[in-house]
Amino acid sequence: MPTKSIVLSLFLTFSGLSYAQTQLNGAGATFPYVLYSKWFDVYKQKTGVQFNYQSIGSGGGIKQIIEGTVDFGATDGPMKDEQLAETSKKQGVDVLHIPTVLGAVVVTYNLPQLGAGLKLTPETLAGIFLGEVTKWNDRRIASTNPGKNLSDQTIIVAHRSDGSGTSFIFTDYLSKVSKQWETKVGRGTSVRWPTGLGAKGNEGVAGLVKQTEGSIGYVELAYAVKNHLPYAWMKNKAGEFIEPTLESVSAAAAGAAKDMPEDFRVSITNADGKSSYPISGFTWLLVYKKNRDKSKGEALVNFLKWAMADGQSYASDLLYAPLPKEVIKLVEVRVQSIK
Amino acid sequence: MKSATLTNGRFYRRKAMNFFMNSLAWASALMAVTPVLLIFFYTVGKGASYIDLDFFTHMPRPVGEPGGGMANAILGTLILLGLGSVVGLPIGILAGIYLAEFGRNKFGEVVRFMTDVLSGVPSIVVGVVAYTLVVLPMKQFSALAGGVALGILMIPTVTRTSEEMIRLVPDSYREAGLALGIPQWKTTLRIVLRTAFTGITTGVLLAMARIAGETAPLLFTALGNRFWSTAIDQPIASLPVFIYDYAKAPFEDWNNQAWAAALVLIFMISILSFTIRFVTRSRFQND
Amino acid sequence: MEEETIVENPRSQEQTGDVVSVGSDLLSGVTDKRRVRKYNLGDLLFKNLTVLFAVVVLMLVLLMAFEMYDGSKLSFQEFGTGFVTSSSWDPVEEDYGALPFMYGTIVSSLLALLIALPLSVGVAIFLSELAPSWVERPVSFMVELLAGVPSIVYGLWGIFVLVPWIRKTVEPFLSDHLGFLPLFRGAPYGFGMLAAGMILAVMILPIIASISRDVLRSVPRLQREAALAIGATQWETTRIVLRDSRSGILGATMLGLGRAIGETMAVTMVIGNRPEISFSLFDPGYTMASVIANEFTEATTEMYINALIEVAFILFVITIVVNMLARLLVWSATRKWK
Repeated sequence: MPTKSIVLSLFLTFSGLSYAQTQLNGAGATFPYVLYSKWFDVYKQKTGVQFNYQSIGSGGGIKQIIEGTVDFGATDGPMKDEQLAETSKKQGVDVLHIPTVLGAVVVTYNLPQLGAGLKLTPETLAGIFLGEVTKWNDRRIASTNPGKNLSDQTIIVAHRSDGSGTSFIFTDYLSKVSKQWETKVGRGTSVRWPTGLGAKGNEGVAGLVKQTEGSIGYVELAYAVKNHLPYAWMKNKAGEFIEPTLESVSAAAAGAAKDMPEDFRVSITNADGKSSYPISGFTWLLVYKKNRDKSKGEALVNFLKWAMADGQSYASDLLYAPLPKEVIKLVEVRVQSIK
Repeated sequence: MKSATLTNGRFYRRKAMNFFMNSLAWASALMAVTPVLLIFFYTVGKGASYIDLDFFTHMPRPVGEPGGGMANAILGTLILLGLGSVVGLPIGILAGIYLAEFGRNKFGEVVRFMTDVLSGVPSIVVGVVAYTLVVLPMKQFSALAGGVALGILMIPTVTRTSEEMIRLVPDSYREAGLALGIPQWKTTLRIVLRTAFTGITTGVLLAMARIAGETAPLLFTALGNRFWSTAIDQPIASLPVFIYDYAKAPFEDWNNQAWAAALVLIFMISILSFTIRFVTRSRFQND
Repeated sequence: MEEETIVENPRSQEQTGDVVSVGSDLLSGVTDKRRVRKYNLGDLLFKNLTVLFAVVVLMLVLLMAFEMYDGSKLSFQEFGTGFVTSSSWDPVEEDYGALPFMYGTIVSSLLALLIALPLSVGVAIFLSELAPSWVERPVSFMVELLAGVPSIVYGLWGIFVLVPWIRKTVEPFLSDHLGFLPLFRGAPYGFGMLAAGMILAVMILPIIASISRDVLRSVPRLQREAALAIGATQWETTRIVLRDSRSGILGATMLGLGRAIGETMAVTMVIGNRPEISFSLFDPGYTMASVIANEFTEATTEMYINALIEVAFILFVITIVVNMLARLLVWSATRKWK
């Protein structure tokens, strides 16, 4: 396209005017945004290197890394093989998944008279999001919550309107526990939701639930806790009701940590183990194996090393589970290959 | 006797109808004014107390940590306005000159039609086009891409007001210039444009006021930036995008800052509108 | 020589031909040859420069249309006309249909018109026929202010003020009193078609009102005086003025409609973002503009992005048609009295 080359030459003229400053631009998942914005703020003060991160959703992170419009992406749903192939084709380089922390997707709700600690089975949760359980006093909810004050209020389902890794973890879990969900909806960063309201980002869903009495939604643990939203205990594979905590997320990751695949793409939803919280997941940074610009590659390597060491200590305060030791070791080796 | 009461009855009915319809018109004026008052009341009420020096001089804090400001977004909005003007004004004004001075033909009609088409294109669509034309080939979200999108949005307003204002310049001015032996291009630039200058300025300011609050076309062009950035080949922060991000977030402090940012944005647009009023007033006084 | 000057100067030919050619006659008489050549060159350059920029405007629109056509080829081939009749929007199965978005755009815009049109006409009548000037000025000013508020601020206000009000007051009231209508059934979310329609109504009101006011004002004073002279009441006079302004007001309405159709941020923030067709105004919906705003940066597959660009293309075409109709109507209406 001639116009595109005009624009390009325009850009080349202009880029000479902007002064040099190491800035890397990234976009993607909202799930780890609370932690990432802290990391990048601290890292900027420490080193002066700016990592500008925009939380546009995991789908956006994947899309933009495919198109090469960002220096790094972020997602909580791993890229598919076709997407990796497409990136290699379009950008001429491979993409690496670098796990950074672990998080829990919690089922949060706004039901003032109920208080914290609603207990849900996987079947009930699927029923609610399939639009089959429509009232809060439905028998299926009541049976696992004896003695709780449940009215006949309508359940208002809140889900993501953007492509989301949080949605991926959530639908991946529902697909594992409910045949009906798997056939009717399936798993993905964007799916066709059978019911409910769409909101953009973890921020948006948390905001919607906070605003709307009788609502239920799913967000990263940090978003629920920071906003004083109650969240449900989920019945795990072993049949126990588990509260989402850093420990129960780490427990879910323990199995995967021992048997980590080469490319780090692993799902830990519905994990084995008596104390595992079932809707947990890794979150990844997506980086090019070879960067456009050598200094950017170096900046990324330095940052990732810092994130694996000092960075991990910020995780727990912000309610993300640090990576298991074994995984950190693997990542530190892998990071060396980035150019 | 009978007919008199009948006409009387009809008279009163007509009177009543008149009163009723006029009251409806008054009522609708009242209802139209209400949202203005409500919006300003809320924006000032909720935003004013969060505007302090920090808001203008500090950077945004990490998610969920209270405090911080929007210095970078305010600067970013100004830079984007500037870039939009660099892209939009030359095209808009020169196309306007063409339409006014040479555009009384078929081609002029086509251009006029296309300008109208352009003014109706939703800003989100312009954003999509700017993404494919600038962001994808540059492989970078950038202030420049945002500027291109905003510039395109400025063109129709600037073109049409420039055309109208240049048309308003009496032909005797042009004839006087030509009669003195001044070439036409110089006459147009030195005499016609100078006379129409305040009018064109009004058009420019109008266009700037229109794009200052645009959000949709920035979402996939300028993206956003949580740091101080003045580079035009890098993503840049802007007040509207910050308002969007902060409004839908669950953090109360962010919600409050969104109101504060809205207040600042409205204030900026008001300055533009008042300048327009001032400019147009002084123009009429000159005449 | 003279011949050439006129060709170089189409404006003078058509508009003020006589006078300028007299001027050129004088010019060619008094200036030497060098001067004349320079004059031609400068004019030629200047004119062509303005032509160039006029062409840029033209090309820009064509380029936009081409980019969208080019970017939506895949989905156009795959779904054909089924794209506008299918209501499935399923990124997992890669099955895309735009009907729910078109429905959402049309219904929210029509709802906005339904609310805004009577109000705007009332405001226009008030401003042009009734209000004493000390009321007319501030009200006009406020209506213009309303037009200047950015969409994002409406959205902010929508989320925190309008939606809670709709959820707690409007929707319970409507379902209690008009719940027998399918329009007002379902759970009171607050977010939904009703909220979108109401916020759009506030946004298009100033457009329709101010243009209608101008159209009403363009009706000659004589019409009113004639009516008043034969004893018509104020309202009866206004009715005559209104009848004369019909097409202009219709045009203003279409312009408002065009704005409502393309409106993005405020709607996205309050409509609930759900691609489903539901007759209840309480239910969440989705519009063409909002789906682009929400999903454009993250459409991960070629087909997905093609489908979204096709939505943008449809939106582009619809707004062009609506705007053209509007301008034609306003143009013919204000021209009538000239």
